[in-house]
Amino acid sequence: MSQTTTSDRDGIASLLPEFNYRRLGLYLVIMLFVAFFVSPIWTGLVTSFKPPGQATQPLLPPGPELFTLDSWSRALDNLGRGFVNSFAMAVPATLVNVLLASTAAYGLTLVDWRRQMLVVLLFVFGIFIPYQAILVPLDNFWTNIFPLAKGLAIGNVTVIPANQRWGTLAELAITHVAYGIPICFLLFRSYYKTISKELIEAAKVDGASVTRIYTRIVLPLSTPMIGVVLIYQFTQIWNEFLFSLTLIGSSADQAATITLILSGIGADLSGTNFPLRMAAAFLAALPTIIIYVLFAEQFAEGLSAG
Amino acid sequence: MESSQDAVAGAGTGEHAVEDRRARLRRFWKSDFVRSAPYWGIPLLLMGLAVYGGIIWNILISLTDYQGFLERPDYGNLDLEMYRQALSDSAVHLTARNTFVLLVAFTSVSLVLGLFLAVLLDRDIREKSKVQTIYLLPMALSFVVTAQFWLWMYNYNDGLVNTVIGLFGLGPYNWIGNPSLVLGAVIFALIWQFSGYTMVVFLAGLQSISNDQFEAARVDGASIFKTYWRVIIPQLKSSSVSAAVVLMIFALKIFTFLYAMFGTYRPPKGTDVLATLMVREAFQLQKWAYSASIATILLAMSLLVIAPYLYYQYREGAL
Repeated sequence: MSQTTTSDRDGIASLLPEFNYRRLGLYLVIMLFVAFFVSPIWTGLVTSFKPPGQATQPLLPPGPELFTLDSWSRALDNLGRGFVNSFAMAVPATLVNVLLASTAAYGLTLVDWRRQMLVVLLFVFGIFIPYQAILVPLDNFWTNIFPLAKGLAIGNVTVIPANQRWGTLAELAITHVAYGIPICFLLFRSYYKTISKELIEAAKVDGASVTRIYTRIVLPLSTPMIGVVLIYQFTQIWNEFLFSLTLIGSSADQAATITLILSGIGADLSGTNFPLRMAAAFLAALPTIIIYVLFAEQFAEGLSAG
Repeated sequence: MESSQDAVAGAGTGEHAVEDRRARLRRFWKSDFVRSAPYWGIPLLLMGLAVYGGIIWNILISLTDYQGFLERPDYGNLDLEMYRQALSDSAVHLTARNTFVLLVAFTSVSLVLGLFLAVLLDRDIREKSKVQTIYLLPMALSFVVTAQFWLWMYNYNDGLVNTVIGLFGLGPYNWIGNPSLVLGAVIFALIWQFSGYTMVVFLAGLQSISNDQFEAARVDGASIFKTYWRVIIPQLKSSSVSAAVVLMIFALKIFTFLYAMFGTYRPPKGTDVLATLMVREAFQLQKWAYSASIATILLAMSLLVIAPYLYYQYREGAL
C-alpha cells in the first residue's frame, strides 16, 4: 500500500494553502475507493512472493527471509504453452475482427441505401445474446459438421492437414471473429457517424466509387478507432473463457489457452496453493495490464461506447 | 398504359422494354446497395450464421431428446418435453431465483456506486485521470483472474476480508462455505469489478451536460446535493439505461467467474445460477437437448431486457 499512502500525502499537501474540510473529505473518500479497488490486486501480489503455507497477513509483503520467486517460475512453466496458444489465437482473430467490423460499419453507415436499418439491428442485437444460447450448436458444429482440427479434405486432396492443437485454435479464432463482429461493428459505426457526410458526398460527386471512398477517405480517417477496437477486442479475446472451455475442454489439452490453464492451476487434494495461483493470475493478466496501462483512455472509450 | 403504347409503337416497344430492363439492371448493378454489399455482406453472413443460425439450431435441438455421446441429434421427433421438464425441475427454480437476486442486487448497487464515483470525480481534482484508471482497472482483467483474487480475499484464515472485519471485532465468516453468504460474496466481488465501468459511462454522460446548468443552480442557491438530484441526475437517463442493460445481460449469462472461483461446473448451491446450470447439463452431463431448452429460456429472459431497449434506441435514432 506504499503507493497509495504517498499520493495521499501529496494530495493533502497540495491542499494546505487553501485548506478546506470539504476538499479534504473529498480526497479522503477518493483514496478510500482507490484502496477498495487496489486491495484485491495488492494482496494477490504480495502473496505471490510468499512460500505456500506461510501466506499470512494478507496486506504485508513478505520479509526478506520468506521472499521467494518459486511460485512465479512454477507459474511460468505451467502457463508457457497457454501464452503461445492465446497469442496465436487472439492476434489474428482481433485483426480479422477489426477488418470485417470496419467494412460492415462503412457499408451500413456511410453508404446510404433503403432499409439498411434492419441489417444494423441484426448486428446490434448480436452484441447482447448470452453465449449459452448458441453453445450446444457451436460444440456440435465443430465436432460433427466441420471438424477443422481433424483436417479438411476435398475428395482425396488434403486442403488442411489434421492437427489437433492448431486446428482447435483455428476453430476458436474463427468463433471469436464471428461473435466479436457485432460489438466492433457498433464501435466503428458510432465513429463513422461523426465523419462529415459532405466529405463523402463531395467524393461521390467527383466520381469516386464505393471502394475508392473506403480506401482513400474512410480507412485513413479510421486510425483512432482502429486503435480503440484493437485494444478492446484483443483484451476481450485474451480474457475470454467460455469458448475455450467449450471447444478445448481440458486445461491439459495441447491447445489450452491461458485462461483455461489458469482456471485449473494450484488446486489439488492437499488444498489450494494460493501463492502459485496469484503468480499465475498476474502472469495471465500481464499482457492486458500492460495494454491497459499504456492505453487506458482508448480502453475506456471502447467500454463506454459499447 | 402499356397496352395502348404497345398498340401505337408496335414492334419498337419490345426492344424498348428490353433496353429499359437492361438500364434498370445496370442502374441496380451500379447502385450503392450492390456496390457496398461485399462490405457488409461478408461480415453479415459470418455473424448471421453464428448468431442467428446458432439460435435457431439451438431451439431445434431443444425440441429433440438429444443426449449422451450420440453422433447427431434426431430431428424426426420434435416436442416440448424438455421445456416441460425444465419448468418442473427444482434445480431450475432454485437457479432462477439466484439469477434474479444476483441480477437485481448486482445491477442496482453497481449503478448507484458508479454514479457516486462519477459525481465524485466530475470536478477539478488532482491526478484525476490516474484515479480513473485505477477505478477502471478491474474491468481490464479476466474473470478467471479476478476470481482467483477474490477466492484469496475470502479465505477463512488469511483472507483480507476477514482480516479487515476482524479489526471491528466481527467474524471471521466462511464466505465461500456458508450457503447463505456465498451469493452476497460473489455479488460484492462483481460490483468491485463493474462499478468502474458504470462510472465511465456516467462520466461520459456528465461531461455532455454544460457547466451553465451547474452555474444556474448555484445562482439559485441550490446545494450541491440538490443540484445533482434535481438537475443533473434526471439528464443521465440514457446513460443509466445503457449501463443497466449491459449489467443485466451480464448477470444473466455469468458463468466464467463462478466456474473459475469454484474450479468446477457446480458452484455451491447458494450461488448456482441458470447460466451455470445450462453449461453443466451440457458439458458435464451431456444432456444436450435439456441444456438447449434452458439456454432458450435464458435467451427469452435476455430478450425481455434487450427488445425494449433496442426499440427505445431505434426510436431515438441512437443506433
